[in-house]
Amino acid sequence: MPPRSLSVLVIDENTLRAAIIEAGLREAGHEHVTIVHDVNGIAQRIAEIEPDVIVIDLENPNRDMLENMFNLSRAVRRPIAMFVDQSDQSAIEAAVDAGVSAYVVDGLRQERVKPIVDMAISRFNAYSKLARELEEAKSALENRKLVDRAKGILMRSKGISEEEAYTLLRRAAMNQNRKISEIAQSLILASGLLDE
Amino acid sequence: MSEHHITAGFLPLLDSAILVAAREKGFAASEGVDLTLVRETSWASIRDRIAVGHFEVAHMLAPMPIAANLGLTPMRLDLIAPLALGLGGNAVTVSNALWRAMEEAGAAGPDDPAAVGAALRKVIEDRRGQGSDRLRFGVVHPHSGHNFELRYWLAACGIDPERDVDITVVPPPLTADAMAAGRIDGFCVGEPWNSVAVAAGHARIATVKAAIWRSSPEKVLGVRADWAVAHSDTLARLLRALYRAAAWCGEAENHEELAAILSGEAYLGQPAKLLLGALDGRLETGGGIHRFADFFLPMEKAATFPWQSHALWFYSQMVRWGQVPHGETNAEKARASFRPDIYRAALGPLGAALPAASMKVEGALTAPTPVGATSGRLILGPDGFFDGAVFDPAELDGYISGQRSAGARQRP
Repeated sequence: MPPRSLSVLVIDENTLRAAIIEAGLREAGHEHVTIVHDVNGIAQRIAEIEPDVIVIDLENPNRDMLENMFNLSRAVRRPIAMFVDQSDQSAIEAAVDAGVSAYVVDGLRQERVKPIVDMAISRFNAYSKLARELEEAKSALENRKLVDRAKGILMRSKGISEEEAYTLLRRAAMNQNRKISEIAQSLILASGLLDE
Repeated sequence: MSEHHITAGFLPLLDSAILVAAREKGFAASEGVDLTLVRETSWASIRDRIAVGHFEVAHMLAPMPIAANLGLTPMRLDLIAPLALGLGGNAVTVSNALWRAMEEAGAAGPDDPAAVGAALRKVIEDRRGQGSDRLRFGVVHPHSGHNFELRYWLAACGIDPERDVDITVVPPPLTADAMAAGRIDGFCVGEPWNSVAVAAGHARIATVKAAIWRSSPEKVLGVRADWAVAHSDTLARLLRALYRAAAWCGEAENHEELAAILSGEAYLGQPAKLLLGALDGRLETGGGIHRFADFFLPMEKAATFPWQSHALWFYSQMVRWGQVPHGETNAEKARASFRPDIYRAALGPLGAALPAASMKVEGALTAPTPVGATSGRLILGPDGFFDGAVFDPAELDGYISGQRSAGARQRP
């Protein structure tokens, strides 16, 4: 008979990241996944859910409170330890690097818990990558807008074509060893000052 | 370029001042140390990140290295405390409603913890008679000076911290909100979070750490033990930088500049005027500005010296509240967590006045007293506990068994 599927509680104030983790755990066949965004009243929720594994964002300011609660048997019937295995230093490092902390009730076998913690780590990393890419895309878009505006200024003031304007900007960037968007920004700033 | 890179974690608290000043005022740079400071959101995060090597050193609650060395942390972690980050700096703050009740019960000035505690005890007895809920107090961590001084004060006033009140953990920046929302009736926390709650109109400072135990330890520089061994020169440079930074922080004429630096978004992110009061020892209690003696000492009275008697007192409280069983091995681990030997070796070249002893009888000095020092003149004290008790580290067993029988019931 297969063992009962583990109950996982994810505490994360970031709703998007929590959803990504939940989806990953469900895809991996974990049916008992609960997501909590707000830690108010968490003791009650934990008593109801009786989680086997608790996953928390490392930067959650309430971690000291939660850890203290895990140590008090009143709130949690079974003692909860951090991470899968104290001796597994590389697992701890991977988790902290990813920004996730995982707590596991004592007595669970490592091989049952490790896939859950590994899933949380990989989803945290995936979320960070996504957030970083979004940030990069946003700044790329802003840079393109800057270059377009600078080209427009050059085209009007020098009466040159778009291609010539771009060549001018690129040459200035190469000569000054700066990014083309930085040159564009300086030009827009200078042109704004001259217009005043 | 500097070869000595150190990344230090800290929490947004007034007593991160010495670390912040070491970076911002160039004391670290002049020792050739490139010091990066990373603000964290919990002590758990500080612990985890120092454990995996993100940080070499960190702003820590003084009992944290002791707890780590006693195996009370979730992962294996050996830490040392070669320097203290000042003395004092905490207060016990209660909600306006609780203060009104305490005032009716006879509470007056915050300098008299015994009278304030007696009033609180009466309020608790009255509430019990009315069948009201137990009062809830917040502290920042189970292994903290806040938890231990709050419990010490309550127990000495005849209030059982385990039965008569609920003590819960609340992160420092959330204490004012938790009080406003009625989730806690009081808290013991470091500045500026008492002043923040008072300024928001929610609370009243009932008493302060410096009145419960004058010149008492609070935060330390926690260092990963293996890193300290492998990088003793880099650590010595940091300790010298921190010592000089502490001296700068201790000068009254620098307090305004220090408050302005600490108020920055990367550090505490609170108005400078809320920080200045604690630096000057003049706090708005909610009932007017009150001058506190030795409220927060970054430098004076050997405030950066890692006294092993402080480590043993914290240990005695960990035993008292059931966090660790008492035994010779545990006591020795606790004592050895604080490292005055490293402190002396690093600061000796500065010609600083260093205490000749590594332990002292806590609470023995009733007035400022010159003590034996390696060079120069060193004044310690007064350092009394408000209840007149004395902690002699040579009588640790007796102190521990004595406090067990005193008032408060022990956890099984």
